[in-house]
Amino acid sequence: MKILVAVKRVIDYNVQIRVKEDGTGVVTDNVKMSTNPPDDNAIEEAVKIKEAGKATEVVAVTVGEEKAQETVRKALAVGADRGIHVKVDGIIEPLAVSKILQKVVDKEKPDLVFMGKQAIDDDCNQTGQMLSALLNWPQATFASKIDVKDNKLEVTREIDEGLETIEINVPAIVTCDLRLNEPRYASLPNIMKAKKKPIEQIAASDLDVDLSPRLEQLKVEEPPKRKAGIKVANVAELVQKLKNEAKVI
Amino acid sequence: MSVLLIAEHNNKELRPFTLNAATAASQIDEDVHAVIIGHNSAEAAKKLSELSVVKKVLSVEAAHYENFTAENFAPVIIKLAEDYSHIVCSANTFGKNLMPRIAAHLDTSQVSDIIKVISADTFLRPIYAGNAFATIKSNDTKKCVTIRPTSFDPCGSTGGSAPIEKVDASEEFSNTKFIKREEIKSDRPELGTARIVVSGGRGMQSGDNFKLITGIADKLGAAIGASRAAVDAGYISNDHQVGQTGKVVVPELYIAIGISGAIQHLAGMKESKVIVAINKDGEAPIFSVADYGLEADLFEAIPQFMEELNKLNTIQK
Repeated sequence: MKILVAVKRVIDYNVQIRVKEDGTGVVTDNVKMSTNPPDDNAIEEAVKIKEAGKATEVVAVTVGEEKAQETVRKALAVGADRGIHVKVDGIIEPLAVSKILQKVVDKEKPDLVFMGKQAIDDDCNQTGQMLSALLNWPQATFASKIDVKDNKLEVTREIDEGLETIEINVPAIVTCDLRLNEPRYASLPNIMKAKKKPIEQIAASDLDVDLSPRLEQLKVEEPPKRKAGIKVANVAELVQKLKNEAKVI
Repeated sequence: MSVLLIAEHNNKELRPFTLNAATAASQIDEDVHAVIIGHNSAEAAKKLSELSVVKKVLSVEAAHYENFTAENFAPVIIKLAEDYSHIVCSANTFGKNLMPRIAAHLDTSQVSDIIKVISADTFLRPIYAGNAFATIKSNDTKKCVTIRPTSFDPCGSTGGSAPIEKVDASEEFSNTKFIKREEIKSDRPELGTARIVVSGGRGMQSGDNFKLITGIADKLGAAIGASRAAVDAGYISNDHQVGQTGKVVVPELYIAIGISGAIQHLAGMKESKVIVAINKDGEAPIFSVADYGLEADLFEAIPQFMEELNKLNTIQK
Protein backbone atom coordinates (compact mmCIF):
# COMPACT_ATOMS: atom_id res chain seq x y z
CA MET A 1 0.00 0.00 0.00
CA LYS A 2 1.22 3.46 -0.86
CA ILE A 3 0.32 6.48 1.25
CA LEU A 4 0.43 10.08 0.07
CA VAL A 5 0.46 12.65 2.87
CA ALA A 6 -0.32 16.31 2.24
CA VAL A 7 1.37 18.87 4.49
CA LYS A 8 1.00 22.64 4.70
CA ARG A 9 3.36 25.32 5.94
CA VAL A 10 1.62 27.72 8.32
CA ILE A 11 2.46 30.29 10.98
CA ASP A 12 3.62 28.36 14.04
CA TYR A 13 0.80 27.66 16.48
CA ASN A 14 2.60 29.46 19.29
CA VAL A 15 2.99 32.76 17.43
CA GLN A 16 0.78 35.64 18.50
CA ILE A 17 -0.98 36.65 15.28
CA ARG A 18 -0.76 40.32 14.29
CA VAL A 19 -3.05 41.90 11.74
CA LYS A 20 -1.38 44.18 9.16
CA GLU A 21 -2.27 47.82 9.59
CA ASP A 22 -3.42 48.17 6.00
CA GLY A 23 -6.01 45.42 6.50
CA THR A 24 -4.63 43.17 3.75
CA GLY A 25 -3.79 40.19 5.92
CA VAL A 26 -1.68 39.13 8.88
CA VAL A 27 2.02 39.74 9.42
CA THR A 28 4.11 36.86 8.06
CA ASP A 29 7.51 38.55 7.64
CA ASN A 30 10.07 37.29 10.17
CA VAL A 31 7.45 35.09 11.77
CA LYS A 32 8.20 31.49 12.75
CA MET A 33 6.60 29.01 10.35
CA SER A 34 5.98 25.29 10.96
CA THR A 35 4.07 22.35 9.60
CA ASN A 36 0.33 22.60 10.26
CA PRO A 37 -0.01 20.59 13.53
CA PRO A 38 -2.54 17.91 12.45
CA ASP A 39 -0.48 17.36 9.27
CA ASP A 40 2.29 16.16 11.61
CA ASN A 41 -0.19 13.59 12.93
CA ALA A 42 -0.96 12.55 9.35
CA ILE A 43 2.73 11.93 8.60
CA GLU A 44 3.22 10.10 11.88
CA GLU A 45 0.30 7.77 11.19
CA ALA A 46 1.51 6.98 7.68
CA VAL A 47 5.02 6.23 8.95
CA LYS A 48 3.63 4.02 11.73
CA ILE A 49 1.56 2.05 9.21
CA LYS A 50 4.67 1.55 7.10
CA GLU A 51 6.70 0.48 10.16
CA ALA A 52 3.98 -2.06 10.93
CA GLY A 53 4.60 -3.57 7.50
CA LYS A 54 1.25 -2.50 6.10
CA ALA A 55 2.50 0.16 3.71
CA THR A 56 5.37 0.12 1.26
CA GLU A 57 5.95 3.79 0.63
CA VAL A 58 5.11 7.15 2.21
CA VAL A 59 5.22 10.19 -0.06
CA ALA A 60 4.90 13.70 1.38
CA VAL A 61 3.45 16.44 -0.79
CA THR A 62 3.03 20.16 -0.25
CA VAL A 63 1.55 22.95 -2.32
CA GLY A 64 3.04 26.39 -1.81
CA GLU A 65 5.88 28.83 -2.28
CA GLU A 66 9.58 27.89 -2.37
CA LYS A 67 9.93 27.71 1.41
CA ALA A 68 7.00 25.28 1.73
CA GLN A 69 9.61 22.66 0.88
CA GLU A 70 10.74 22.85 4.52
CA THR A 71 7.60 21.00 5.59
CA VAL A 72 8.31 18.21 3.10
CA ARG A 73 11.90 18.04 4.35
CA LYS A 74 10.61 17.72 7.90
CA ALA A 75 8.27 14.89 6.84
CA LEU A 76 11.25 13.14 5.23
CA ALA A 77 13.17 13.49 8.50
CA VAL A 78 10.49 11.62 10.44
CA GLY A 79 10.16 8.76 7.99
CA ALA A 80 8.57 9.73 4.68
CA ASP A 81 10.46 8.18 1.75
CA ARG A 82 10.32 10.97 -0.79
CA GLY A 83 8.69 14.31 -1.39
CA ILE A 84 6.79 16.33 -3.95
CA HIS A 85 6.62 20.10 -3.93
CA VAL A 86 4.03 21.72 -6.14
CA LYS A 87 5.26 25.27 -6.41
CA VAL A 88 2.80 28.12 -6.52
CA ASP A 89 3.08 31.65 -5.16
CA GLY A 90 0.46 33.57 -3.26
CA ILE A 91 -2.65 32.32 -1.52
CA ILE A 92 -4.53 29.52 -3.20
CA GLU A 93 -7.93 28.36 -2.08
CA PRO A 94 -8.66 24.84 -0.79
CA LEU A 95 -10.62 24.09 -3.98
CA ALA A 96 -7.52 24.78 -6.10
CA VAL A 97 -5.30 22.84 -3.69
CA SER A 98 -7.59 19.84 -3.95
CA LYS A 99 -7.48 20.04 -7.77
CA ILE A 100 -3.69 20.09 -7.63
CA LEU A 101 -3.67 17.12 -5.25
CA GLN A 102 -6.03 15.30 -7.61
CA LYS A 103 -3.38 15.64 -10.35
CA VAL A 104 -0.72 14.34 -7.98
CA VAL A 105 -2.96 11.39 -7.09
CA ASP A 106 -3.53 10.65 -10.79
CA LYS A 107 0.22 10.45 -11.26
CA GLU A 108 1.26 8.73 -8.02
CA LYS A 109 -1.71 6.37 -7.69
CA PRO A 110 -1.61 6.09 -3.89
CA ASP A 111 -4.02 3.82 -2.02
CA LEU A 112 -4.47 6.31 0.76
CA VAL A 113 -4.20 10.07 1.11
CA PHE A 114 -3.75 11.47 4.61
CA MET A 115 -3.74 15.09 5.74
CA GLY A 116 -4.64 17.19 8.77
CA LYS A 117 -8.32 17.85 9.33
CA GLN A 118 -7.90 21.60 9.24
CA ALA A 119 -5.16 24.15 8.65
CA ILE A 120 -4.70 26.47 11.60
CA ASP A 121 -4.18 29.54 9.40
CA ASP A 122 -7.38 29.86 7.35
CA ASP A 123 -9.30 27.33 9.50
CA CYS A 124 -11.22 26.27 6.37
CA ASN A 125 -11.45 22.50 6.98
CA GLN A 126 -12.15 21.73 3.31
CA THR A 127 -9.25 20.25 1.34
CA GLY A 128 -9.56 16.57 2.32
CA GLN A 129 -13.29 16.45 1.71
CA MET A 130 -12.94 18.31 -1.60
CA LEU A 131 -10.23 15.95 -2.80
CA SER A 132 -12.35 12.91 -1.96
CA ALA A 133 -15.26 14.49 -3.84
CA LEU A 134 -13.12 15.08 -6.94
CA LEU A 135 -11.81 11.50 -6.81
CA ASN A 136 -15.17 10.04 -5.72
CA TRP A 137 -13.34 8.22 -2.93
CA PRO A 138 -14.62 7.56 0.58
CA GLN A 139 -13.66 10.13 3.21
CA ALA A 140 -12.92 9.53 6.88
CA THR A 141 -12.64 12.97 8.42
CA PHE A 142 -11.50 13.96 11.94
CA ALA A 143 -9.86 10.56 12.52
CA SER A 144 -8.63 9.75 16.03
CA LYS A 145 -7.98 6.03 15.41
CA ILE A 146 -7.14 4.08 12.26
CA ASP A 147 -7.04 0.29 11.89
CA VAL A 148 -5.69 -1.00 8.59
CA LYS A 149 -7.36 -4.26 7.51
CA ASP A 150 -6.34 -5.58 4.09
CA ASN A 151 -8.02 -3.29 1.64
CA LYS A 152 -10.17 -1.57 4.23
CA LEU A 153 -9.68 0.89 7.02
CA GLU A 154 -11.70 1.06 10.18
CA VAL A 155 -11.62 4.65 11.33
CA THR A 156 -12.90 6.24 14.53
CA ARG A 157 -14.00 9.82 13.91
CA GLU A 158 -14.42 12.55 16.49
CA ILE A 159 -17.85 14.11 16.05
CA ASP A 160 -19.78 16.65 18.12
CA GLU A 161 -21.86 13.97 19.80
CA GLY A 162 -18.94 11.68 20.68
CA LEU A 163 -17.27 9.08 18.47
CA GLU A 164 -18.28 7.44 15.21
CA THR A 165 -16.69 4.38 13.62
CA ILE A 166 -16.82 3.77 9.87
CA GLU A 167 -15.27 1.27 7.51
CA ILE A 168 -13.95 2.55 4.21
CA ASN A 169 -12.57 0.72 1.20
CA VAL A 170 -9.28 1.86 -0.27
CA PRO A 171 -8.50 4.01 -2.13
CA ALA A 172 -9.61 6.55 0.46
CA ILE A 173 -8.95 9.91 2.08
CA VAL A 174 -8.37 10.31 5.82
CA THR A 175 -8.18 13.68 7.58
CA CYS A 176 -6.43 13.45 10.93
CA ASP A 177 -7.27 14.82 14.33
CA LEU A 178 -4.61 15.90 16.82
CA ARG A 179 -5.50 12.96 19.05
CA LEU A 180 -4.66 10.35 16.41
CA ASN A 181 -1.11 9.88 17.71
CA GLU A 182 1.90 11.61 19.22
CA PRO A 183 4.14 12.87 16.39
CA ARG A 184 7.79 11.96 16.89
CA TYR A 185 10.68 14.39 16.79
CA ALA A 186 13.25 14.09 14.06
CA SER A 187 16.64 12.88 15.29
CA LEU A 188 19.76 14.62 14.05
CA PRO A 189 20.96 11.62 12.01
CA ASN A 190 17.53 11.39 10.40
CA ILE A 191 17.54 15.10 9.60
CA MET A 192 20.90 14.57 7.86
CA LYS A 193 19.56 11.54 6.00
CA ALA A 194 16.46 13.47 4.95
CA LYS A 195 18.67 15.95 3.11
CA LYS A 196 19.56 13.19 0.68
CA LYS A 197 16.02 12.04 0.05
CA PRO A 198 14.56 13.27 -3.26
CA ILE A 199 12.00 16.07 -3.51
CA GLU A 200 10.45 16.43 -6.93
CA GLN A 201 9.46 19.97 -7.80
CA ILE A 202 6.49 20.59 -10.07
CA ALA A 203 5.19 24.01 -11.16
CA ALA A 204 1.48 24.26 -10.44
CA SER A 205 1.10 26.11 -13.73
CA ASP A 206 2.20 22.92 -15.56
CA LEU A 207 -0.64 20.87 -14.11
CA ASP A 208 -3.47 22.26 -16.22
CA VAL A 209 -5.52 23.20 -13.18
CA ASP A 210 -7.71 26.27 -12.77
CA LEU A 211 -6.05 28.14 -9.89
CA SER A 212 -7.95 31.39 -10.27
CA PRO A 213 -9.33 32.70 -6.98
CA ARG A 214 -13.08 32.63 -6.51
CA LEU A 215 -13.04 34.52 -3.25
CA GLU A 216 -11.93 38.06 -2.61
CA GLN A 217 -10.52 38.92 0.78
CA LEU A 218 -11.84 42.47 1.11
CA LYS A 219 -10.44 43.18 4.54
CA VAL A 220 -8.68 41.56 7.48
CA GLU A 221 -9.16 43.20 10.85
CA GLU A 222 -8.53 42.60 14.50
CA PRO A 223 -11.44 41.11 16.39
CA PRO A 224 -13.09 43.42 18.91
CA LYS A 225 -11.17 43.44 22.18
CA ARG A 226 -12.79 42.44 25.46
CA LYS A 227 -12.76 45.16 28.05
CA ALA A 228 -10.35 44.49 30.87
CA GLY A 229 -11.74 42.53 33.78
CA ILE A 230 -10.90 42.57 37.46
CA LYS A 231 -9.26 40.19 39.88
CA VAL A 232 -11.36 39.25 42.87
CA ALA A 233 -9.84 38.56 46.29
CA ASN A 234 -11.70 35.40 47.17
CA VAL A 235 -14.50 33.03 46.25
CA ALA A 236 -17.12 34.88 48.31
CA GLU A 237 -16.46 38.07 46.35
CA LEU A 238 -16.59 36.15 43.07
CA VAL A 239 -20.00 34.66 43.81
CA GLN A 240 -21.32 38.01 45.03
CA LYS A 241 -20.14 39.68 41.77
CA LEU A 242 -21.71 36.96 39.63
CA LYS A 243 -24.97 37.24 41.52
CA ASN A 244 -25.33 41.00 41.96
CA GLU A 245 -23.13 42.68 39.35
CA ALA A 246 -23.11 40.35 36.33
CA LYS A 247 -26.47 38.83 37.36
CA VAL A 248 -25.71 35.53 35.66
CA ILE A 249 -26.36 33.06 38.51
CA MET B 1 -32.78 32.65 -6.37
CA SER B 2 -33.46 30.89 -3.11
CA VAL B 3 -31.29 29.52 -0.33
CA LEU B 4 -31.13 25.80 0.40
CA LEU B 5 -30.58 24.96 4.06
CA ILE B 6 -29.36 21.46 4.93
CA ALA B 7 -31.10 20.33 8.12
CA GLU B 8 -29.14 18.50 10.77
CA HIS B 9 -31.22 16.02 12.73
CA ASN B 10 -31.24 12.58 14.36
CA ASN B 11 -34.19 11.22 12.32
CA LYS B 12 -36.56 12.11 15.19
CA GLU B 13 -35.70 15.68 16.05
CA LEU B 14 -33.87 18.59 14.51
CA ARG B 15 -30.46 19.26 15.99
CA PRO B 16 -30.80 22.66 17.71
CA PHE B 17 -28.20 24.40 15.52
CA THR B 18 -30.37 23.88 12.46
CA LEU B 19 -32.41 26.80 13.82
CA ASN B 20 -29.35 29.04 14.02
CA ALA B 21 -28.29 28.12 10.49
CA ALA B 22 -31.86 28.86 9.35
CA THR B 23 -31.55 32.39 10.73
CA ALA B 24 -28.33 32.94 8.80
CA ALA B 25 -29.94 31.50 5.66
CA SER B 26 -32.85 33.92 6.01
CA GLN B 27 -30.41 36.84 6.25
CA ILE B 28 -28.95 35.83 2.87
CA ASP B 29 -32.37 35.57 1.19
CA GLU B 30 -35.90 35.43 2.57
CA ASP B 31 -36.83 32.48 0.38
CA VAL B 32 -35.35 29.69 2.51
CA HIS B 33 -35.99 26.10 1.48
CA ALA B 34 -34.77 23.33 3.76
CA VAL B 35 -33.77 19.82 2.78
CA ILE B 36 -33.91 16.95 5.24
CA ILE B 37 -32.21 13.71 4.29
CA GLY B 38 -32.80 10.75 6.57
CA HIS B 39 -34.52 7.48 7.30
CA ASN B 40 -37.95 7.44 8.97
CA SER B 41 -37.45 11.14 9.55
CA ALA B 42 -41.00 12.35 8.91
CA GLU B 43 -41.32 13.68 12.43
CA ALA B 44 -38.20 15.80 12.07
CA ALA B 45 -39.38 16.94 8.62
CA LYS B 46 -42.60 18.17 10.18
CA LYS B 47 -40.68 20.17 12.78
CA LEU B 48 -38.58 21.64 10.00
CA SER B 49 -41.74 22.76 8.19
CA GLU B 50 -42.80 24.63 11.33
CA LEU B 51 -39.66 26.79 11.57
CA SER B 52 -40.60 30.45 11.26
CA VAL B 53 -38.26 31.23 8.35
CA VAL B 54 -38.65 28.08 6.23
CA LYS B 55 -40.84 28.45 3.10
CA LYS B 56 -40.57 24.91 1.73
CA VAL B 57 -39.26 21.56 2.92
CA LEU B 58 -37.72 18.91 0.69
CA SER B 59 -37.73 15.47 2.26
CA VAL B 60 -35.48 12.66 1.05
CA GLU B 61 -35.88 9.25 2.65
CA ALA B 62 -33.90 6.02 2.26
CA ALA B 63 -32.34 3.43 4.55
CA HIS B 64 -28.84 4.46 3.50
CA TYR B 65 -29.43 7.96 4.90
CA GLU B 66 -29.90 6.70 8.44
CA ASN B 67 -26.37 7.56 9.56
CA PHE B 68 -25.78 10.88 7.77
CA THR B 69 -22.82 9.69 5.67
CA ALA B 70 -21.51 12.60 3.60
CA GLU B 71 -20.80 10.35 0.62
CA ASN B 72 -24.52 9.51 0.49
CA PHE B 73 -25.80 13.01 1.24
CA ALA B 74 -23.69 14.97 -1.25
CA PRO B 75 -25.25 13.59 -4.49
CA VAL B 76 -28.75 14.53 -3.26
CA ILE B 77 -27.76 18.13 -2.60
CA ILE B 78 -25.82 18.41 -5.85
CA LYS B 79 -28.91 17.42 -7.79
CA LEU B 80 -31.05 19.95 -5.94
CA ALA B 81 -28.44 22.72 -6.15
CA GLU B 82 -29.46 23.70 -9.66
CA ASP B 83 -32.41 25.68 -8.30
CA TYR B 84 -30.51 27.55 -5.60
CA SER B 85 -28.03 30.40 -5.34
CA HIS B 86 -26.74 29.35 -1.90
CA ILE B 87 -26.33 26.08 -0.01
CA VAL B 88 -26.12 26.64 3.74
CA CYS B 89 -25.38 24.38 6.71
CA SER B 90 -24.04 24.59 10.27
CA ALA B 91 -20.27 24.52 10.70
CA ASN B 92 -20.27 21.67 13.17
CA THR B 93 -18.80 18.24 12.47
CA PHE B 94 -21.83 17.29 10.34
CA GLY B 95 -21.58 20.34 8.07
CA LYS B 96 -17.78 20.45 8.06
CA ASN B 97 -17.73 16.88 6.82
CA LEU B 98 -20.42 17.34 4.20
CA MET B 99 -20.28 20.82 2.66
CA PRO B 100 -16.81 20.69 1.03
CA ARG B 101 -17.83 17.48 -0.73
CA ILE B 102 -20.76 19.39 -2.23
CA ALA B 103 -18.74 22.51 -3.02
CA ALA B 104 -16.06 20.59 -4.91
CA HIS B 105 -18.69 18.86 -7.06
CA LEU B 106 -20.26 22.22 -7.84
CA ASP B 107 -16.80 23.70 -8.51
CA THR B 108 -17.34 26.47 -6.00
CA SER B 109 -15.03 27.82 -3.30
CA GLN B 110 -16.71 27.26 0.05
CA VAL B 111 -16.88 30.03 2.64
CA SER B 112 -16.45 28.26 5.99
CA ASP B 113 -17.68 29.12 9.44
CA ILE B 114 -19.14 32.59 8.85
CA ILE B 115 -20.06 34.74 11.84
CA LYS B 116 -21.94 37.47 9.94
CA VAL B 117 -23.86 37.89 6.71
CA ILE B 118 -22.81 41.26 5.28
CA SER B 119 -24.65 40.79 1.98
CA ALA B 120 -25.72 37.90 -0.21
CA ASP B 121 -22.16 37.48 -1.46
CA THR B 122 -20.05 38.91 1.37
CA PHE B 123 -19.44 37.34 4.75
CA LEU B 124 -17.36 37.81 7.88
CA ARG B 125 -15.38 34.85 9.17
CA PRO B 126 -12.70 34.30 11.79
CA ILE B 127 -9.26 33.09 10.72
CA TYR B 128 -6.18 32.15 12.76
CA ALA B 129 -8.22 30.79 15.66
CA GLY B 130 -10.28 33.97 15.81
CA ASN B 131 -7.23 36.23 16.11
CA ALA B 132 -8.31 37.99 12.92
CA PHE B 133 -11.61 38.51 11.14
CA ALA B 134 -11.68 38.35 7.34
CA THR B 135 -14.35 39.91 5.14
CA ILE B 136 -14.78 37.55 2.20
CA LYS B 137 -16.65 38.18 -1.04
CA SER B 138 -17.57 35.13 -3.09
CA ASN B 139 -17.57 35.50 -6.86
CA ASP B 140 -18.90 32.01 -7.55
CA THR B 141 -22.41 31.83 -9.03
CA LYS B 142 -23.36 29.17 -6.51
CA LYS B 143 -22.21 29.74 -2.97
CA CYS B 144 -21.58 27.08 -0.38
CA VAL B 145 -21.53 28.60 3.08
CA THR B 146 -21.19 27.06 6.54
CA ILE B 147 -22.47 28.98 9.54
CA ARG B 148 -20.93 29.27 12.97
CA PRO B 149 -24.16 28.53 14.82
CA THR B 150 -23.36 30.39 18.03
CA SER B 151 -23.01 33.64 16.07
CA PHE B 152 -26.68 33.59 15.02
CA ASP B 153 -29.81 33.43 17.16
CA PRO B 154 -32.06 30.44 16.56
CA CYS B 155 -35.14 31.17 14.44
CA GLY B 156 -38.60 30.55 15.84
CA SER B 157 -39.36 26.85 16.18
CA THR B 158 -43.03 27.47 15.37
CA GLY B 159 -45.08 29.77 13.19
CA GLY B 160 -44.14 28.28 9.84
CA SER B 161 -46.31 25.95 7.82
CA ALA B 162 -44.12 25.12 4.85
CA PRO B 163 -45.28 22.47 2.40
CA ILE B 164 -43.26 19.23 2.52
CA GLU B 165 -42.28 17.89 -0.88
CA LYS B 166 -40.83 14.38 -1.37
CA VAL B 167 -37.66 14.13 -3.43
CA ASP B 168 -36.21 10.92 -4.89
CA ALA B 169 -33.24 9.36 -3.15
CA SER B 170 -29.86 8.99 -4.86
CA GLU B 171 -27.87 5.79 -5.12
CA GLU B 172 -25.97 4.44 -2.17
CA PHE B 173 -22.21 5.01 -2.00
CA SER B 174 -20.92 1.51 -1.37
CA ASN B 175 -17.33 2.18 -0.32
CA THR B 176 -18.19 3.71 3.04
CA LYS B 177 -19.92 1.67 5.71
CA PHE B 178 -21.22 2.98 9.00
CA ILE B 179 -20.29 0.75 11.95
CA LYS B 180 -21.32 2.51 15.15
CA ARG B 181 -21.77 5.78 16.96
CA GLU B 182 -20.88 6.20 20.62
CA GLU B 183 -22.84 9.10 22.01
CA ILE B 184 -22.39 10.04 25.59
CA LYS B 185 -25.86 10.54 27.00
CA SER B 186 -26.23 13.13 29.70
CA ASP B 187 -29.03 14.98 31.44
CA ARG B 188 -27.01 18.15 31.37
CA PRO B 189 -27.62 20.90 28.82
CA GLU B 190 -25.78 20.55 25.51
CA LEU B 191 -22.37 22.19 25.52
CA GLY B 192 -23.05 24.18 22.36
CA THR B 193 -26.25 25.80 23.60
CA ALA B 194 -25.89 25.87 27.40
CA ARG B 195 -26.46 29.14 29.27
CA ILE B 196 -23.58 28.33 31.61
CA VAL B 197 -20.45 26.29 30.86
CA VAL B 198 -17.99 25.11 33.51
CA SER B 199 -14.70 23.95 31.98
CA GLY B 200 -11.67 22.22 33.39
CA GLY B 201 -8.11 22.04 32.11
CA ARG B 202 -4.85 20.29 32.78
CA GLY B 203 -4.88 21.85 36.27
CA MET B 204 -7.55 19.31 37.25
CA GLN B 205 -4.73 16.72 37.28
CA SER B 206 -6.98 13.65 36.89
CA GLY B 207 -10.27 12.34 35.60
CA ASP B 208 -11.36 11.76 39.18
CA ASN B 209 -10.81 15.38 40.06
CA PHE B 210 -13.07 16.34 37.17
CA LYS B 211 -15.94 15.28 39.43
CA LEU B 212 -15.36 18.56 41.27
CA ILE B 213 -16.34 20.32 38.02
CA THR B 214 -19.38 18.06 37.73
CA GLY B 215 -20.53 19.17 41.18
CA ILE B 216 -20.40 22.86 40.25
CA ALA B 217 -22.03 22.20 36.88
CA ASP B 218 -24.92 20.32 38.50
CA LYS B 219 -25.44 23.10 40.99
CA LEU B 220 -25.59 25.72 38.22
CA GLY B 221 -27.44 23.61 35.65
CA ALA B 222 -24.39 24.04 33.42
CA ALA B 223 -22.73 22.06 30.64
CA ILE B 224 -19.20 20.73 31.13
CA GLY B 225 -16.36 21.83 28.90
CA ALA B 226 -12.67 21.04 28.77
CA SER B 227 -9.44 22.25 27.26
CA ARG B 228 -7.67 20.11 24.70
CA ALA B 229 -4.99 19.31 27.28
CA ALA B 230 -7.61 17.78 29.59
CA VAL B 231 -9.09 15.69 26.76
CA ASP B 232 -5.66 14.58 25.53
CA ALA B 233 -4.76 13.54 29.09
CA GLY B 234 -7.88 11.36 29.16
CA TYR B 235 -9.64 13.26 31.98
CA ILE B 236 -12.81 13.59 29.89
CA SER B 237 -14.16 12.57 26.46
CA ASN B 238 -13.59 14.51 23.23
CA ASP B 239 -17.16 15.79 22.90
CA HIS B 240 -16.40 18.23 25.76
CA GLN B 241 -13.49 19.96 24.04
CA VAL B 242 -13.80 23.72 23.59
CA GLY B 243 -11.44 25.50 21.20
CA GLN B 244 -10.14 26.00 17.67
CA THR B 245 -10.43 22.31 16.81
CA GLY B 246 -13.25 21.55 19.24
CA LYS B 247 -16.51 23.34 19.90
CA VAL B 248 -17.14 27.07 19.93
CA VAL B 249 -19.36 28.13 22.81
CA VAL B 250 -20.90 31.49 23.61
CA PRO B 251 -22.67 31.04 26.94
CA GLU B 252 -23.81 33.81 29.26
CA LEU B 253 -21.29 32.55 31.81
CA TYR B 254 -18.09 30.60 31.13
CA ILE B 255 -16.11 29.41 34.12
CA ALA B 256 -12.57 28.26 33.26
CA ILE B 257 -10.96 26.26 36.05
CA GLY B 258 -7.33 25.20 35.86
CA ILE B 259 -7.12 26.31 32.22
CA SER B 260 -4.08 28.39 31.26
CA GLY B 261 -5.74 29.88 28.19
CA ALA B 262 -3.77 28.89 25.08
CA ILE B 263 -4.96 30.87 22.02
CA GLN B 264 -6.45 27.64 20.66
CA HIS B 265 -8.71 27.40 23.73
CA LEU B 266 -9.59 31.10 23.74
CA ALA B 267 -10.77 30.68 20.13
CA GLY B 268 -13.60 28.53 21.42
CA MET B 269 -14.88 30.65 24.31
CA LYS B 270 -13.76 34.25 24.23
CA GLU B 271 -17.07 35.52 22.85
CA SER B 272 -18.83 34.34 26.03
CA LYS B 273 -20.75 37.11 27.77
CA VAL B 274 -19.14 36.77 31.19
CA ILE B 275 -15.89 34.88 31.72
CA VAL B 276 -14.56 33.68 35.06
CA ALA B 277 -11.05 32.27 35.41
CA ILE B 278 -9.79 30.36 38.41
CA ASN B 279 -6.08 29.60 38.20
CA LYS B 280 -3.19 29.59 40.62
CA ASP B 281 -0.83 31.13 38.05
CA GLY B 282 -1.57 34.85 38.11
CA GLU B 283 0.21 35.29 34.78
CA ALA B 284 -1.93 32.72 32.95
CA PRO B 285 -3.24 34.17 29.65
CA ILE B 286 -6.81 33.15 30.54
CA PHE B 287 -6.90 36.18 32.87
CA SER B 288 -6.52 38.50 29.86
CA VAL B 289 -10.03 37.58 28.67
CA ALA B 290 -11.63 37.07 32.10
CA ASP B 291 -14.16 39.53 33.51
CA TYR B 292 -13.56 38.07 36.95
CA GLY B 293 -10.26 36.42 37.74
CA LEU B 294 -9.49 34.50 40.91
CA GLU B 295 -5.88 33.61 41.58
CA ALA B 296 -6.24 30.55 43.77
CA ASP B 297 -5.54 26.85 44.11
CA LEU B 298 -8.55 25.25 42.45
CA PHE B 299 -8.65 22.40 44.96
CA GLU B 300 -9.36 24.96 47.66
CA ALA B 301 -11.47 27.26 45.50
CA ILE B 302 -13.92 24.69 44.13
CA PRO B 303 -15.18 23.45 47.53
CA GLN B 304 -15.49 27.09 48.66
CA PHE B 305 -17.37 27.89 45.46
CA MET B 306 -19.83 25.08 46.22
CA GLU B 307 -20.25 26.37 49.75
CA GLU B 308 -20.96 29.91 48.57
CA LEU B 309 -23.44 28.66 45.97
CA ASN B 310 -25.19 26.63 48.66
CA LYS B 311 -25.62 29.83 50.69
CA LEU B 312 -27.57 31.52 47.89
CA ASN B 313 -31.33 31.45 48.22
CA THR B 314 -31.90 31.11 44.51
CA ILE B 315 -29.81 30.21 41.50
CA GLN B 316 -30.96 31.08 37.98
CA LYS B 317 -31.29 28.04 35.82
